[in-house]
Amino acid sequence: MRDEIKFVAATGALGFGVHAGGLQEAMTHKPHFIGADAGTTDAGPYSLGGGEPAFPREMVKHDLALILRAGRQAGIPVIVGSAGTAGGDSHVDWTLEIAREVASEHGLTLRTAVIYCEQDKNYLKGLLHENRIAPLSPAPHVDEGVIDRSSRIVGMMGVEPLQRALEAGADFVLAGRCSDSALYAALPILSGLPEGLAWHAGKVSECGTMATESMGKGVLFSTIRADHAVIRAFGEDLRCTPQSVAAHSLYENTDPYLHKESSGTLDLSRSTFEAVDDVSVRIKGSTLIPSDTYTVKLEGAELVGYQSVIIGGIRDPFIIRRLDAWLAGVRQRIEAAVDQVFGSRLPKDRYHLNFHIYGRDAVMGSLEPNSGTIANEVGLVVEATAPTQEMATKIAILCRQPLLHHPVEEWKGAITTFACLHNPAHIERGPVYRFTFNHVALPHNREEMFRTKFIDIGGSKSA
Amino acid sequence: MKLSKLANLIRSKNAGPFSLTFDIMFPNEENYLRVKKSGVLNASMFAKLYKCPPDKVRFFECDNARAFKFSIPRIIFQGDLGDADLHGGQQFVPLTEIEIP
Repeated sequence: MRDEIKFVAATGALGFGVHAGGLQEAMTHKPHFIGADAGTTDAGPYSLGGGEPAFPREMVKHDLALILRAGRQAGIPVIVGSAGTAGGDSHVDWTLEIAREVASEHGLTLRTAVIYCEQDKNYLKGLLHENRIAPLSPAPHVDEGVIDRSSRIVGMMGVEPLQRALEAGADFVLAGRCSDSALYAALPILSGLPEGLAWHAGKVSECGTMATESMGKGVLFSTIRADHAVIRAFGEDLRCTPQSVAAHSLYENTDPYLHKESSGTLDLSRSTFEAVDDVSVRIKGSTLIPSDTYTVKLEGAELVGYQSVIIGGIRDPFIIRRLDAWLAGVRQRIEAAVDQVFGSRLPKDRYHLNFHIYGRDAVMGSLEPNSGTIANEVGLVVEATAPTQEMATKIAILCRQPLLHHPVEEWKGAITTFACLHNPAHIERGPVYRFTFNHVALPHNREEMFRTKFIDIGGSKSA
Repeated sequence: MKLSKLANLIRSKNAGPFSLTFDIMFPNEENYLRVKKSGVLNASMFAKLYKCPPDKVRFFECDNARAFKFSIPRIIFQGDLGDADLHGGQQFVPLTEIEIP
């Protein structure tokens, strides 16, 4: 067992901007590795479904260059998890390509472990038949059709594949979808330090400086020892306080105390937080309750269809007063027009019309407690979603006349009822996706869902 | 007094694509304990406010973080057709009006 493992959490989101000054200062405290999380579901299902990252390439390159150079200079590994936002194979390869550029431009030679976690559909169907796919709560329905329709399904890795890569001497571990905390817990646990403290420090580190009081620019720095962990930050006037660190375990979690991971459940219900000095916090008492069954969380996304939208506003108080009835009339006329144009090629259950009424209840929908308030004006966003872009756009175009001229009884004669924001009035939005899994897989062993390849990048060209 | 006057942060956010979570935080122990002792915040109150079955509401009193937390399933999953708050960040406002004796 090592006495301690120190690490830098360089950013909560690779491509958001690593703070160079904070990183430089942290490096003088001799960390054993640098970690950076590059992914999230918070950006929505598009990234996973469409295979595209949610951060600009230039920024990801900027951040990768900073951490890979710092890691090489100190001779310590760099671990990047959930590459390219969603951590699918194409997201990993996209990030690998950027890393190759960084390595060759900066003359770095990196023994790189690339860990893929996209899942074979037949393998998943096999697990489904063996009852090895279990729902979390709440979960959408999953069957073979959902597996087939999903454009991409990833398995979220825990510490094990990262640890194999580190044991094999990787300078750079580039992982697909990965538990944010695992990214930081892998090496401390491999070094024999307590699992609960390692996972907890990882949990605190996953969003970078979000665990500080001011959440300003900088990096988070953790030290894991046999009976405690110390969290602090380096950067622009950053302080970790017992409350800021304790509060971070609430962020984006349904349960502030119990956090499910592949190999067990992190239990923070008996954790204590105490100030070491003005800027550092000591954590004790966090434990990992080992789980009998090893689980891998699944994430998938399927194509819902293609979308076009129309945006505009209504100012006429006669319409606003009876907006629902008026919109029901508009919808009827749109549906009749769609039926006339497409007939049996596009029955009503194959396309969707959504009206979002800004100024009334668009943001909270059915949860809005004040939806009865009559607004001065309302903004209307009409979404048309259909099996092809051409169909969606035609529906959006067909929306315009009913929106413009649907009558209201107080006015006699021809009226124009809708203020279009744009010309043409519609905007093509392209493909839209939905998340398909809130489930865990129960693999036959801890390895079968992940594939690691070792490659050397950089080096020869720039030597 | 309104909860928004006692708290220094009331927020909502996705907790993954399928759940929403709400955090209420305080600048000091005194305000936190005042709200805690009032007993006004609880799962059934939240269920009414957010039109949700009470058994779907998870409620936590987090003393070391000086915070209360509620979590509920999303009615429309993140990014699915009809969802108009991709990150879930604008769902907290009804909490701000809660009266604390």
